[in-house]
Amino acid sequence: MGKRIMSLEDLRRIKEGAQDQTSLRSPKDKVRVIIGLGTCGIAAGAREVMRAVLEEIEKRGLKDVVVESTGCIGMCQNEPLLDVIRPGEPRITYGRVTPQDVPLIISEHVVNGRIYAEKLVGRAD
Amino acid sequence: MPVYRSHVLVCGGTGCSSSGSSKVREALREELARRGLDKEVALVQTGCHGMCESGPIVVVYPEGVFYVRVQPEDAREIVEEHLYKGRIVQRLLYREAGAVEAVRKYSEIPFYAKQVRIALRNCGYINPDNIEEYIARDGYQALAKVLTEMTPEEVIDEIKRSGLRGRGGGGFPTGMKWEFCRKAKGDKKYVICNADEGDPGAFMDRSILEGDPHSVLEGMAIGAYAIGADEGYIYCRAEYPLAVKRLKHAIAQAEEYGLLGDNILGTGFSFRVHLREGAGAFVCGEETALIASIEGKRGMPRPRPPFPANRGLWDKPTNINNVETWANVPPIILRGGDWFASMGTEHSKGTKVFALTGKVNNTGLIEVPMGTTIREIVFDIGGGIIGGKKFKAVQIGGPSGGCLTEQHLDLPISYESLTGAGAIMGSGGLVVMDEDTCMVDVAKFFLEFTQAESCGKCVPCREGTKKMLDILRKITEGEGKEEDLDRLMRLGVWVKEASLCGLGQTAPNPVLTTLRYFRDEYECHIRDRKCPAGVCLALISFHIDPEKCIGCTKCARTCPVGAISGQVKKAHVIDTGKCIKCGACAEVCPVGAVFRK
Repeated sequence: MGKRIMSLEDLRRIKEGAQDQTSLRSPKDKVRVIIGLGTCGIAAGAREVMRAVLEEIEKRGLKDVVVESTGCIGMCQNEPLLDVIRPGEPRITYGRVTPQDVPLIISEHVVNGRIYAEKLVGRAD
Repeated sequence: MPVYRSHVLVCGGTGCSSSGSSKVREALREELARRGLDKEVALVQTGCHGMCESGPIVVVYPEGVFYVRVQPEDAREIVEEHLYKGRIVQRLLYREAGAVEAVRKYSEIPFYAKQVRIALRNCGYINPDNIEEYIARDGYQALAKVLTEMTPEEVIDEIKRSGLRGRGGGGFPTGMKWEFCRKAKGDKKYVICNADEGDPGAFMDRSILEGDPHSVLEGMAIGAYAIGADEGYIYCRAEYPLAVKRLKHAIAQAEEYGLLGDNILGTGFSFRVHLREGAGAFVCGEETALIASIEGKRGMPRPRPPFPANRGLWDKPTNINNVETWANVPPIILRGGDWFASMGTEHSKGTKVFALTGKVNNTGLIEVPMGTTIREIVFDIGGGIIGGKKFKAVQIGGPSGGCLTEQHLDLPISYESLTGAGAIMGSGGLVVMDEDTCMVDVAKFFLEFTQAESCGKCVPCREGTKKMLDILRKITEGEGKEEDLDRLMRLGVWVKEASLCGLGQTAPNPVLTTLRYFRDEYECHIRDRKCPAGVCLALISFHIDPEKCIGCTKCARTCPVGAISGQVKKAHVIDTGKCIKCGACAEVCPVGAVFRK
């Protein structure tokens, strides 16, 4: 049980390690694509969007992209929501994303760092 | 050296060359020659602009216009429009839109501007399946703090100071509840998380469990430490499969990390959490019924006292709180009770999560400080009514709550203000209704729900809701009598006062509030045999406005019973004797000539 936290010191270490992973990203880090997979997201078609993201990443052979999931952020009317975080940049949220939007978001934003204005909702920072 | 009136710079850097700038240059040269501009416009090849991403790049001087992603096909337009006619080609201009700085922040989006997210602090931000992401956002720090720095009494004092009250609807002060259980005699105690969220249109707890399960687990562990329990149960609806899955995963992860289980953080404190799935009976959200259900008995409430704090699960002292209440605990411990109490109203502190649904533009999950007005929620956050229609009412607190009207739009939301207006906070369902909603129909809808969910143990609830529903059905079918309204009112009050548990005690609320605020609508159903909103089918008939009808025959062809007649390009007529009121004609009419009366 290497992960077992036995003391405050352990907890602090895991916290710092996890913060390094999630917020203090260096430029060589990966681009994160986060899909809202709450019940609202799934009902609106987030699974199809997720599959489209995975397909597109595979098709383009992208290595430095990770796909993650998150819960409901409250804007259910805009589901499916898809967030892109490029290293060192704020979290950009897209709403009402369809599988057809995915190749554009991947090529514009994930690969080229240009925000895809069509489905833009806002940024969290 | 010849003098040119304009210089057209085409990038010949590596980036633009590979994206085809030489072809663009050739195309421009041809077009300039064709237009006879080659003597006055110079074509220049330049080095890299550094914006290779947007190449091929073309810059036109003296204006200094910056064109991006220019293709050979664009050459003609640039030459004809810009160089010949002097009009800039807008579509090729470089735009800042792609820049991160140009994107508005969440805090600038009206939907978020008025929200304060405490219980929902991590929802939508972290990966709920990864405990380390929760830890990265101060997760389990509050548990560590109470275990190492605070006595159970100090924890209870902090919660009391925060003014946190039960978010499941009851609104009982959480700190006091914990204290009762702490002081109760018993060698074994339990904590329970009530995740049996069942109101139609409510999904606050579901979203927290799906989006941030560890916040609930941490809150429960803190509560267990405060009251002296070492075991906890989460009672979650089986209809929430994703919440169940994520909870199971979160419990397993927390155990793996030693944040649940024996000797947590080496402090000697042990706490285990079990998950129980409920079969979806609404009454099991009532605490004594929920406890019975965990014990494997039929989910029915029992009279209190004794309260669960003294005799709860397996007759042991038990503290039961709802999902949102638990999720609020860790931030209160970390930031202090005073911080939490600084938000909200005099007696209702902190924030409340609402599921905003119905005829509102921005449906979703919101968290606002107590004291926020209904107007702010419906119009600022919710973005107003769909289709610009008129706001009519809002149902607060689910089937146990009440309908509030336009006159309450500026009511600051708190436990007391809502109860005073005849509604309740409930768990936080907020259904917005527009002018097309029939309030009698709404009351009937909610009563149908509670009547079907009544467990049948006590007479007032079992029989009373049934009789009330009978009267409502009669009214919506045009069979209502004048004296029915008083009877409905009397029955409602009896059911409220005499029922055993919260279900019966609140079930009449939708009827009583609509009677209070929309009595004229009830009267219209009874006296005039009319439904003003055009919803109750027995009381309306369909007609075609001869002024609007264009005689396209669509309705006549669609009508399943052949009740519509008329000639092409002449106004059509509905035979109300044959009409079955299916509404198909209204749906197909291209000019909106079909109306209900």
